[in-house]
Order: sequence, then structure tokens, then C-alpha cells
Amino acid sequence: MTLDVAIHSRVGGFELDVAFESSTNGITGLFGPSGAGKTLTLRHIAGLERADSGRIMLGDRELFDGAKGRHTPARERRIGLVFQEYALFPHLSVNGNIAYGLHGRHRDERARRVGELLELVGLEGYGERDPRSLSGGERQRVALARALAPRPELLLLDEPFAALDLRIREGLRDALSAIQRHTGVPMVLVTHALEDVRALAHALVLLDRGRVVATGPTRTLLDTPPSPEAALLIREP
Amino acid sequence: MSPLALSFWIALNATILAVLVGLPIAWLLARRSLPGRDLLTVLVLLPMVLPPTVLGYGLLVLLGQGGVVGGWAEALGLGRIVFTRTAAVIAAFVASVPFLIRSAQAGFEQVDPTYQEAARTLGRSEIAIWLTVTLPLAWRAVLAGLALTFARAVGEFGATVMVAGSIPGRTRTGSVAIYDHVQAGRMDEAGMLALALVVAATGALLVLTRVGRGAGW
Repeated sequence: MTLDVAIHSRVGGFELDVAFESSTNGITGLFGPSGAGKTLTLRHIAGLERADSGRIMLGDRELFDGAKGRHTPARERRIGLVFQEYALFPHLSVNGNIAYGLHGRHRDERARRVGELLELVGLEGYGERDPRSLSGGERQRVALARALAPRPELLLLDEPFAALDLRIREGLRDALSAIQRHTGVPMVLVTHALEDVRALAHALVLLDRGRVVATGPTRTLLDTPPSPEAALLIREP
Repeated sequence: MSPLALSFWIALNATILAVLVGLPIAWLLARRSLPGRDLLTVLVLLPMVLPPTVLGYGLLVLLGQGGVVGGWAEALGLGRIVFTRTAAVIAAFVASVPFLIRSAQAGFEQVDPTYQEAARTLGRSEIAIWLTVTLPLAWRAVLAGLALTFARAVGEFGATVMVAGSIPGRTRTGSVAIYDHVQAGRMDEAGMLALALVVAATGALLVLTRVGRGAGW
């Protein structure tokens, strides 16, 4: 399956004009400095923003077509999103958060699925906890479980490690990679940290100031940047 | 029904009506993209700033036998509205619903929109999101609005007198009875009723203050 994005939008003084195609097997990294438009691009894919023009396709599903005036609302896209600060519902338990997207399922099925996900993210026994009582790493895993619960066709992650201590990032990167392989759900990861890209992303989209600078397999792009501009973006700090 | 009991009965019904009508309006007003938002805001505020007699006059015109709603009710065989308890409930509702709308709107606007966005990506409809995310996260503001609405409805006087009159046992509420007692020189009776209303209002405001501070019941 491929994710095909070609959109143009102007909000305030910021112009987003991105086009890329990515095979959605494994993890695709959206990498660039702050203000590159990474999060905004992710929000367009999720359906939380509506572009002025362009097209977004996921496999053969048309999610957005500016010319035809079509915009599939976020709730119908079957695309999960892990927000930067996780946005766990503070009035619901961990179980309640994970079960939130499982509305309409039978109670037993919901409980089974929540149990499965708690196990997947290594939080068995945490179901009754108040999300506000959890550590940053635990919250991130609850957010991941919540987004995966309704079996999305694509999972978007917005800087999932930015709010975390450097010490625990490595362990969580390994966990995310394992979860991706286990579930097979393709992921798009927004990050401004090169080590995230190197550890997780098979393919890379380099963004800067609202435009795509380069795309390609991570290894190739990092070893032989196709342009001086791309080289500058992936330069070690 | 005694004037005090009648006051509370009318206020309770007006508050229920305010929940049914006011909460959806508050939800609409909390959405920044709503067209005509400023006009609706002004319309909601009007009952708070207009003299109650203007509200009463407006309601008389609307609910009276020649009025749009009054004529319609009579055609449906519902009988006369003015000078009934229904009219008193409507008057109390119109005068008090702005308090619920203002408070609930502020509460809804304070809910971080990221929670609603998260709910959208999890496949929930807007109405489900309102019921399961927005309302539970804004309950404190809604409750504060309900308390103010109820208190205002209990104290309603001007519009009530104009559309419901002062029929003992039927439309003579506590606040109307105080006026009647004073007019007739029965200062002691007026004083007792006034004291009872002060005590009730003080109690309601104490509860409200505690809830607003997060101290619970």
C-alpha cells in the first residue's frame, strides 16, 4: 500500500506545499527542523486540516481531493494519531482511554481487545490507573495502545519521544519498532531528532519551510544526500 | 402550592428547559466557526440586560391569545398559556437561561481541542464527542451555570407578574407574594418569605462556591 500526498495550503503566513509518495510498509520518517511543516502535514493526513488544493490517497482510498471538493472526515479515515503530548482523556482510566475508539463493539470483545493492547505495550495491570498518575513513557504507550485499538490502516506519530527523558528514549524506540513489526501497521513518524530516524525509519521524507527537500530510503539519503540542502538538514549537530 | 414551593417547582422546570435548550446553544457558541455567532451571542445576552418588564411584554405578545405561540397552542387545543403555571415557567426560563449558556460556553471553550481531535481520529461522531469528552471535562462550569440559572429562576419577578399574574396557589411565587404582601401592608409575612429566599440563595451560592473551587460537596 502507498500513501500519496500532494497538497497545498496557506494558513496565516505559512505556506505548505508538500508532495511525496511513500510505501507504507514499516516506518516512514518525516524529518526536518521546527517550523518545517511536519506536524501540519501529519494533521492533513489525519483529516484534522483541509488543504486549499491537492490530493491525498491511501492505497486506493481517496482521502482528499481539492479539485472535486472531497474531504473524508477524520473519523472515517481509519488513521490513528499519537499526539505529541499524547492527549489522553483525563477523565477516563487507562482502560477507558484504550477502549474509546472501540465504541459499538460488544463489551466482551472490547475488554479482550483492551487486554491485548495492554499486553502489547507492556502495561498489564495498569488498566484501572488514572492516566495523570503515569510517567511520560507510560503515557506514550497508553496513547499508542489507544490509537492502535480500532485497527487503523495507518498510524501517525507526532514527535512521540520529544516529551521524554533521553535515558528512556532508546528503550521506547525499540518497543515501538517491535510493536510495528508485530502489528504490521504502517507508521509515519514525525521527528526532529536524527537518532529517531536512524533507529526506526525505513524511508525518509526531508521537510524544510513547508516543502519537501528529498525523499528516499533512510540509509541512502543519510549516506549520500542528493543535494547540498538535504545534506545541511541531516548534518549532525 | 405555597408561594415558596411554587417558586422552586417553577425554577426546577425552568432549569430543565434551560438544559434542553441552553446546553446545545452553548455548544454551538463554543464553536468558533459558527456563522452569525456574534448575533446569537447578543440575543443570548439580551434577557440579562433588558428590564424584566420588556421581557414580560415580549412574552405577552408572543404567548397571548393573538400571539404566534399563543394562537398556535390554542389551535392545537392546549388552551390558554398566559396566566398559567406554564407561562411562569417560560418567563423564569427566558430570564435565567443566559446564565447557563454563558457559563457552559466558557467551560466548553476551555476544553483543550486536542482531546476532541483525538476523539475524531478514534472514529467518534461530533455528538458522541460532546457527550463523552467535552461535557465531562466541562462539568464544573455547567454545574455552576445550573446553580445560577436555578437561583435566578427562583428570584424571577417582573416577567412572571406580567405573563402569569399573581393567582394564589397557581402562579403566585415567593417573589410575587412578597410584593403582594408589601402592597397590602403585611410586612411580617413579606419578611418571613424574604428571609426564606435569602437563606435558600445563600445555601445555593455556598455550594456553588465550593464546587467552583473544586472542594466538592
